[in-house]
Amino acid sequence: MKMEHVDGKNEGKVVLFALSTCGWCSKTKELLKELGIAFDFVYVDLLPTEEMDDAIGLIEKWNPAGSFPTLIVDDRKAVIGFREEEIRGAFSK
Amino acid sequence: MNAGDISQDDVERKYQVLDREAGEGGYHLGPDNEFTKKLVRGLLINEGRYGYPACPCRFSRGIKAEDLDIICPCDYRDPDLDQYGACYCALYVSDAILSNKQSLSPVPERRPPRCERNSRKTIHTTQTGSLSYPVWRCRVCGYLCARDEAPLVCPVCKAKKDRFERFM
Ligand code: SF4
Repeated sequence: MKMEHVDGKNEGKVVLFALSTCGWCSKTKELLKELGIAFDFVYVDLLPTEEMDDAIGLIEKWNPAGSFPTLIVDDRKAVIGFREEEIRGAFSK
Repeated sequence: MNAGDISQDDVERKYQVLDREAGEGGYHLGPDNEFTKKLVRGLLINEGRYGYPACPCRFSRGIKAEDLDIICPCDYRDPDLDQYGACYCALYVSDAILSNKQSLSPVPERRPPRCERNSRKTIHTTQTGSLSYPVWRCRVCGYLCARDEAPLVCPVCKAKKDRFERFM
């Protein structure tokens, strides 16, 4: 599955599953950029059909509702939805 | 219509229609114009690629039968407006949010997960022997009407006929 990379501070593997049409997904992406964190993101609605299921499967492991945005931080925690404080908190060590 | 073919004018026009319809039904679009119009663009994109305006903040495979509950306005809008002051996408907001009496917070996903969705609950109808007409219920806003068939468009929330279920 092809992800797009955004450069920034290395905070481990940060992956954002998003939809290209979703308002909270863009807000999450903007927040990560504002925090200056390196991350990969993918717009699941724009993937080829056969890859959509893989993406949804990955998301459901962390978030059974399969909802967007789902942000997976360093394979240790997931932030579901645009929860600004939680996202900021995940990177303020 | 491809995502790239949707002009700002198209978005404006759709926004005006949604805004008027919302007002007529006692609903409100979100106050952040830029954010709201992005969602309206998302609805137009989905209408173009799936043939129906699936919720812009939810994943769709473009199979209408699987998505009847998330065609905008979705089945979850009104309960989310009651509980959180906004629909899941925050395209629609409550009076309290609009007048700054309540602040917008993330709305958790109310739609059941994929594995539970197939068994969509249908309302058990009561004995209808004594009714002269069947009663139809709009799944979006709860509007009820007694007539041979559900109306083409819900007069309250403008949901289409396929969003109605037999109530009695
Ligand atoms: S009403 Fe439902 S479908 Fe429409 S934008 Fe809001 S959450 Fe999405």
